[in-house]
Amino acid sequence: MNITVRKFDALIIGAGGAGLRAALQLSNADARVAVVSKVFPTRSHTVAAQGGVNAALANVLPDSWHWHMFDTIKGSDYLGDQDAIEYMCRAAPKVVYELEHFGVPFSRLDNGTIYQRAFGGQSQNFGQDQAARTCAAADRTGHAILHSLYQQNLRARTHFFDEYFAVDLIKDDQGYVLGVVAFEILTGKPIVIEAKTTLIATGGAGQIFRTNTNALSNTGDGMAMALRAGVPLEDMEFVQFHPTGIAGRGMLITEGARGEGGFLINGEGERFMERYAPKVKDLASRDVVSRAIAVEIREGRGCGRNKDHALLDLRHLGADTIMKKLPGIREMTLTFLGLDPIEQPIPVFPTCHYSMGGIPTNRDGQVVVPVKDTPEDPVPGLYAAGEAACVSVHGANRLGGNSLLDILVFGRAAANHILEYLGENPHHRALPQDSVDRALERLARWDREGEGEAVEPLRRELRKVMEDHCGVFRTAEVMREGVAKLQTLRERIDQAVIRDHTQTFNTARVEALELENLWDCAIATMHSALGREESRGAHSRVDFTERDDERWLKHSLYSLQDDALDYKPVRTQPLTVESFPPKKRVY
Amino acid sequence: MEFSIYRFNPDTDREPRMQAFTLDDAMVEPGMMLLDALILLKEQDDSLGFRRSCQHGVCGSDGMNINGSNGLACITPLSKLKTPIVLRPFPGMPVIRDLIVDMDNFYRQYREAEPWLVNDTPEPEVENLQSPADRERLDGLYECILCGCCSASCPSYWWNPERFLGPAALLQAARFIEDSRDQDTERRLERLDDAYRLYRCHSIMNCTQVCPKGLNPAKAIGDIRRTMIKRSL
Ligand SMILES: Cc1cc2nc3c(=O)[nH]c(=O)nc-3n(C[C@H](O)[C@H](O)[C@H](O)COP(=O)(O)OP(=O)(O)OC[C@H]3O[C@@H](n4cnc5c(N)ncnc54)[C@H](O)[C@@H]3O)c2cc1C
Ligand code: SF4
Ligand code: SF4
Ligand code: FES
Repeated sequence: MNITVRKFDALIIGAGGAGLRAALQLSNADARVAVVSKVFPTRSHTVAAQGGVNAALANVLPDSWHWHMFDTIKGSDYLGDQDAIEYMCRAAPKVVYELEHFGVPFSRLDNGTIYQRAFGGQSQNFGQDQAARTCAAADRTGHAILHSLYQQNLRARTHFFDEYFAVDLIKDDQGYVLGVVAFEILTGKPIVIEAKTTLIATGGAGQIFRTNTNALSNTGDGMAMALRAGVPLEDMEFVQFHPTGIAGRGMLITEGARGEGGFLINGEGERFMERYAPKVKDLASRDVVSRAIAVEIREGRGCGRNKDHALLDLRHLGADTIMKKLPGIREMTLTFLGLDPIEQPIPVFPTCHYSMGGIPTNRDGQVVVPVKDTPEDPVPGLYAAGEAACVSVHGANRLGGNSLLDILVFGRAAANHILEYLGENPHHRALPQDSVDRALERLARWDREGEGEAVEPLRRELRKVMEDHCGVFRTAEVMREGVAKLQTLRERIDQAVIRDHTQTFNTARVEALELENLWDCAIATMHSALGREESRGAHSRVDFTERDDERWLKHSLYSLQDDALDYKPVRTQPLTVESFPPKKRVY
Repeated sequence: MEFSIYRFNPDTDREPRMQAFTLDDAMVEPGMMLLDALILLKEQDDSLGFRRSCQHGVCGSDGMNINGSNGLACITPLSKLKTPIVLRPFPGMPVIRDLIVDMDNFYRQYREAEPWLVNDTPEPEVENLQSPADRERLDGLYECILCGCCSASCPSYWWNPERFLGPAALLQAARFIEDSRDQDTERRLERLDDAYRLYRCHSIMNCTQVCPKGLNPAKAIGDIRRTMIKRSL
């Protein structure tokens, strides 16, 4: 087949915050960089982030990167890699100032500096008083950041492939990753984008769960591409359930709402978080608050006719604070619930929100895999950053405001390493045709006509299986059933067909490819969760209720080819300071 | 619930047509949005084309013409719509397929507004300072999600898509003119001072009426004009 081939120094798959931050760094350094995105860049999911980005600027209360580091490690339930966490927390202020210079319209304090609010799990002085570390542009921080980064990329004249769908990575038999096979959604035409380096920045996989806060495009494509290219995924069992999704619908109410002073109440009107986290109450870590809500409901203290949710009360904040600091939240509850938070509390329920796991990388963004005795050997030419990656700074539970930080810090770090790599590897390697052909086959598979199940009902079933078998509380028995159900689903997906076989903007084909990616992420999640026989962070086992550092202070690695789990040690040694050893988490 | 949806696929159709769809009333739940309905209709016919992503009005993907006015499907409640619900692609933009339009010109105009902060002073180690009052001048400007609802409802834009920048791009221009940190105001104004780029706006206000984010491009355009006049005095 005659197929278009384009060549670049650096390829970035994904135009969210991670992809665009990396692209800007590369464009500014005069590298030839291409950014591929299946949606127009400003429609990437980063646009939905509300609350803000963490950095110890100390604009409101005293702060230090070291305290930020402690909070992040404690929040991670000690599964986070301490070298990467130190790197991120140290880099945070610089990265936020850069954003401000790029034009991000941060909210301001009276003295003209960037506004910062309190978020869950933040403290001063290693666990003492509440800190205010989250830099915010009202409750539209993600929008403000994504648009500014896109604008700066326009200025830097980055090359964009808008509405192109990446299908699979190209890899030669020496293990070098040399680009991607994609297709232009507009015309349906496949294209090979060759590059000396490829950065996966495709975001999370929240769509594997039925109720989630994520965009429909968050289907874990990059994670699945990595799996298929032989890269195992790390810590996929750690899925964050955000305590305050709108009950039954999933839209997110930012933690900033509690940061501004909102609190949760149960069916008896009680501020129940006082029982679960006496010190910080509603601003405990997300895993803690989500579990508390689930327990309240399970024990019959839910709100509403069916006692199936909790309420988030903002009324005492007053109209002025709500309109100035949380205007987007008010707009959303008015639209979706016909409810004004100035007058009524908001029904909420723990909702799938964020993938802590992902493609394993080191703190330079290089994808690393176990090879013989080395647990972390870089895959030449392959990088990952953002929610698709696992560095791992979030460990078993991410702190609010740390993901926007993660995507910026490691998007930038990956770009810097890519520049180094390009210096050492100035030439393109030969294109392995068999790898290209395999990707094209995967694409062609959906041209099959005839009878077969449709994509959408299968997608719905998959998401239901994940919710029922791998939710907030997990047991071996239920997950074993889940694995079996996923396996039958796989056979059915392999037989499924789409009815639309035209070329122009065929969204049915896109959704079919996404379904396959969802399945890959789902099976990785289910297996990793079944494997981990302890409770840590967001992973709660009813049959193994305690954290078990002796056996389980390690990262899971699930590989698709072997359908097997492997493990690697947590990096407990920071870069310059002393290690924070595991302790019991009390909030 | 009845729908009438514009269908056109250049691969197979010579002419566009309106296709009737029915959604079983039992599937319509309270609080359901138009996008939820479209996703269910796509199950009946997977060739129905529309863009979507975030599902709550922040990504700007699913702008379309709904019962005659432009809006986002994901935040348009079904209960507020008269049936049959008539859905068409944006007017004034080339149709790619079904409800999907070609927005290249719209994006080109956005770039033409040079929507990036220009500040040539040596970079401070910390943030540039901005007073809350100066920051407040960006409210109502920076929140634009580039959905295109406004420009696709502006008659001046329909008639002069090549030369008139349209409300969305002009709103962006205003966002940077108003930013106390930006040092390019003079040149920005000069570039806009053109019979077409800016002055094709006849204050018809359609843009402001349809903006799903409650922004007011018409006012922003008026403000740019006033700033220009003040400077020329
Ligand atoms: C509602 C909500 C609110 C949030 N609020 C906060 C917050 O306040 N603070 C915080 O720190 N974090 C927050 N988060 C988390 C944070 O927003 C995300 O983790 C982060 O934005 C992810 O960024 P990213 O760059 O990794 O990916 P994304 O922004 O998801 O971008 C993914 C990109 O990859 C592209 N892509 C994917 N697959 C393909 C493919 N096959 N081919 C081509 N392109 C592809 C997409 O088009 C897109 O451009 C929030 C998340 C949600 C859901
Ligand atoms: S006010 Fe101006 S920009 Fe807005 S619709 Fe009317 S002519 Fe178009
Ligand atoms: S101004 Fe409003 S209608 Fe126009 S593109 Fe922006 S958000 Fe959409
Ligand atoms: S789907 Fe994002 S605005 Fe409607």
